[in-house]
Amino acid sequence: MFKETALSGQTTFFQKLRSLDYILLVCILMLGVISSLAMYATDGGELLYHTKSHVLRFIIFFVMMFALSFLNIRFWHATGYLFYIIVLGLLVWASLYGITASGSQRWVDLHFINLQPSELMKIAIIVCFAKFYHRAQINQINNFKNLLIPMMILILPILLVVSQPDLGTSILIALSGIIVLWLAGINLKYFVYSGLFLLISLPFVISFLKPYQKLRILTFFNPDKDPLGAGYQIIQSKIAIGSGGLTGKGFLKGTQGYLEFLPEKHTDFIFTLFSEEHGFIGSLALLFIYGVIIYRVIDIGKNARSFFGKLFCFGFASSIFVFITVNMSMVLGLLPIVGSPLPIMSYGGSSMLATMIGFSIVMSAKIYQKQLIA
Amino acid sequence: MFSSGRDSGYKKLSTVNRRMFIMTAAKLVIFGGIITRLFSLQINENKKYLTLSDKNRLREWRLPPVRGDFEDFFGNKIASNLKVYQLHVVPEQVEDFRYLMIRLRDILDLDSQTFKKILKKRSQQKSWETLIISENLSWDQFAKINFYLHELSGAKPVLSVARNYPYDEKFTHLLGYVAQASEKDLIENEVIKKSHVPGLRVGKIGLEKTYENQLIGSNGIQRYEVNAYGKRINQIDFVEGKKGTNIKLTVDTEIQAQCNELLKDKAGSICVMDIYTGELIAMHSSPSFDPNLFLYGISHDNWNEILSHPKKPLINRSIQGLYPPGSTIKPIVALSALENDVISTKFKVNCTGKTEMYGQTYHCWKDTGHGIVDLREALKVSCDTFFYEMSRRLGVDRLNLTAKKFGLGEKVFNGTYNEEKKGLIPSTQWKKNALGRGWVLGETLITGIGQGYMQTTPLQLCLMTAQLANGGFRIKPKIIYDKKSDSYEKIKSEMERNRIELLSDFQQDDALVDFSLEKKKGDTDLYKPLYRNQENIKFVLEAMFASTNEVRGTSYSSRIKDKKYQFAGKTGTSQVKKITEIQRELDLDISQIPYEERDHALYVAFGPYVNPRYALSVFVEHGGAGSSAAAPLAKKLFKTIIDRHEEREKIREKSLMEI
Repeated sequence: MFKETALSGQTTFFQKLRSLDYILLVCILMLGVISSLAMYATDGGELLYHTKSHVLRFIIFFVMMFALSFLNIRFWHATGYLFYIIVLGLLVWASLYGITASGSQRWVDLHFINLQPSELMKIAIIVCFAKFYHRAQINQINNFKNLLIPMMILILPILLVVSQPDLGTSILIALSGIIVLWLAGINLKYFVYSGLFLLISLPFVISFLKPYQKLRILTFFNPDKDPLGAGYQIIQSKIAIGSGGLTGKGFLKGTQGYLEFLPEKHTDFIFTLFSEEHGFIGSLALLFIYGVIIYRVIDIGKNARSFFGKLFCFGFASSIFVFITVNMSMVLGLLPIVGSPLPIMSYGGSSMLATMIGFSIVMSAKIYQKQLIA
Repeated sequence: MFSSGRDSGYKKLSTVNRRMFIMTAAKLVIFGGIITRLFSLQINENKKYLTLSDKNRLREWRLPPVRGDFEDFFGNKIASNLKVYQLHVVPEQVEDFRYLMIRLRDILDLDSQTFKKILKKRSQQKSWETLIISENLSWDQFAKINFYLHELSGAKPVLSVARNYPYDEKFTHLLGYVAQASEKDLIENEVIKKSHVPGLRVGKIGLEKTYENQLIGSNGIQRYEVNAYGKRINQIDFVEGKKGTNIKLTVDTEIQAQCNELLKDKAGSICVMDIYTGELIAMHSSPSFDPNLFLYGISHDNWNEILSHPKKPLINRSIQGLYPPGSTIKPIVALSALENDVISTKFKVNCTGKTEMYGQTYHCWKDTGHGIVDLREALKVSCDTFFYEMSRRLGVDRLNLTAKKFGLGEKVFNGTYNEEKKGLIPSTQWKKNALGRGWVLGETLITGIGQGYMQTTPLQLCLMTAQLANGGFRIKPKIIYDKKSDSYEKIKSEMERNRIELLSDFQQDDALVDFSLEKKKGDTDLYKPLYRNQENIKFVLEAMFASTNEVRGTSYSSRIKDKKYQFAGKTGTSQVKKITEIQRELDLDISQIPYEERDHALYVAFGPYVNPRYALSVFVEHGGAGSSAAAPLAKKLFKTIIDRHEEREKIREKSLMEI
């Protein structure tokens, strides 16, 4: 690795250090602090398991991200397919020998960490597509072979994740993949065609859904119908957010979270708790930080000379955006409840690991923005 | 690949840049949408969600209200509250209900019947309703539960209050009793519904029921913050409930206790009343039962025992029992005859033991006859023959008016006791309406000796006697003590004023008093004379004195010589069924007659004879002759009543000073 850097030779370590994107770093750190405080609040104002392990993970993964940032962007390009294949392998492993929790087999036991490969797939798919389209010619992008291969790359992990079953994550993988495909230049008509196809096949898909998944979709359309059953989460989440008001109930004073009315408050509903305690202003601030992060990632992509770096940044920015909006729309009652964590904020090692890897690739694209990849 | 050329590269870049730009624009729009949603929830609908959030987290627990006490005139508690230890379980909050129940059964040593009952109750109520496992844990059980509490998640030992009747069966009919509120109680009484908590006891009968709304008190409220599972996290505030109003009664526990003692093993009733204030001093119906039995749900055995008791303890004989008054009505018959100028006090009848009238033979109680008797003598010896003749001349309708005026055939405590009965004072009109047949003159004769259709309650007889004894003025019977009510002195002077007023009216205008006016029984008539000529009252009272205190008087053997305790009264022996000629011949001793066919023994009296203050009625169901079964009880009671008088006046003075 060092050899490679030395060969390209134009920059010293300090120059690289200086060319890091500090705004992005600060924003990530801020998210880390905010999320740790939010986790502290979900633990009822005590330094308990969730908070401790969240803080620890954030520190480890942040350091890791920082270190990986100095990897040449060419490394990521070179290992793009390998990364994808490893994660795909982990997914297969998960579906064969994975750990089952709450009715879904989505974790693999790596002894030091229980990894959720589907979370990593959210990043791996972008890396993989970025590499694929880095080489592809613009006039060949829409030919049959170049449509079929990405399709396979996308569908394979989705099928694996759906079968876990984990509808939320598979939708998110699909969304990030599709966005990258579109950004890469695939003709819009193919999306329209597949969209139509999906719409037609929707009844069949629904018949394959688990009863609880069907219920969730139905509940979304009418949460008040069964307020103590399936609609409970949406109603309680709306109550929490709505009761937050302009400035919120105050740190550690959110009653909905503290009194256990919020389901999954550490993970998918962390924004609900945050919004209850910090109100509209706090929520806007959080959205602003996310906005800055997305803006920075897009900006880095714009300045990247390699198409790989550019497409990855654009794809990563878009998928982060998708994760945020899906999560927030869900807790705000705009979308059905599907499992989707809020990047960095939500409790969960795999999601954070994946996001941090993404950031380190982005950083690498910044440091090596002038790097051309053959 | 390498030959792709710069064009292709540029095109690729421009495509991705253009599409990214579109994407960014879309992102801004979507972010805008999310912010709008946040705004609408947090700013526009903040109030609504804030309310919902509070509704989520705050829960109220209503504590059982503490019931007001009953105390007697002297301040003795006759119904109060005891602290009790209870065990509650809310099935919904219990992880393993069966396991908990089995543990509790072992710890509390519940028998299988009780255990089954609890399980049955559980299946009948909703899972969030509190299930009361035990309403009255012994201290040992309570300590044991607390010791094992960590293993008994869901079981809640609760300190509560329960009704207590320290005098057991002595006041049962007077007070009534409480028991667990039924669905009917909740529907009928808004106040009960409002303050209902599981296990609430409410009045079922008697004063406990009548004064429910004053007695019940208000719930204490504990407001807790609860979590999503309904677990109490911390207490937000506590509003102490208000104890129900304490009600002071006019009764005297000591006299009441003696009434209980006197009627022990008998069926009957004793009522004692202040003849001026109308205060009820005692009212007892025998046999009675222990109201404490009803507190925790009466056991099957106990209930059966009460139900199947041959003397029917559930009946409140004082106000519910309707009996022919027998000879105790005679003072009223005599008064009515005098008032209506049917006879004079000089009027005489020759009693030969029986008299033939309208083709029937009417017997005097004394087969050998009383000889020639005048009115005073007839009252004294209770000569039936004299009264047959007198009532024949008087007629039933005039008797009816006088009897009603003095309180017979009307509810004494109108509304205080739901179960109170009116009784019946017959008249020609009544018979026509009720039975559809005309009055037969012979019926007048037996009505004149308190038999036939006539039915009165023992309390009515007591009121009648009181209103005679006070000189013939209307009083208002009461059982609830009220400081503000008229004092004895005031009542006396009021009566005197009314007496003089009537006297002057009478002298001015010799016309008869308008009887129709006197049918009204409003408070406006209070302390107004019930007579036309008070001399007639005085005559009757004097005759009653003779009946008790002169040789040959029917209750002569029960007299008290001591002027302090001396009383005057009238015996009564009322027939349960018509005596046949054969029975008359046999003249059986009371012990030879089956219980149900024995005569009722009655006695009404007032005392002390000089300046009387109290009136009483004694009724012994199937007790035999009034002179031997009822009058002796009055003798014993009068000593206590008079002895207690001073005590009573002291208390009255003291309570007046407190105002």
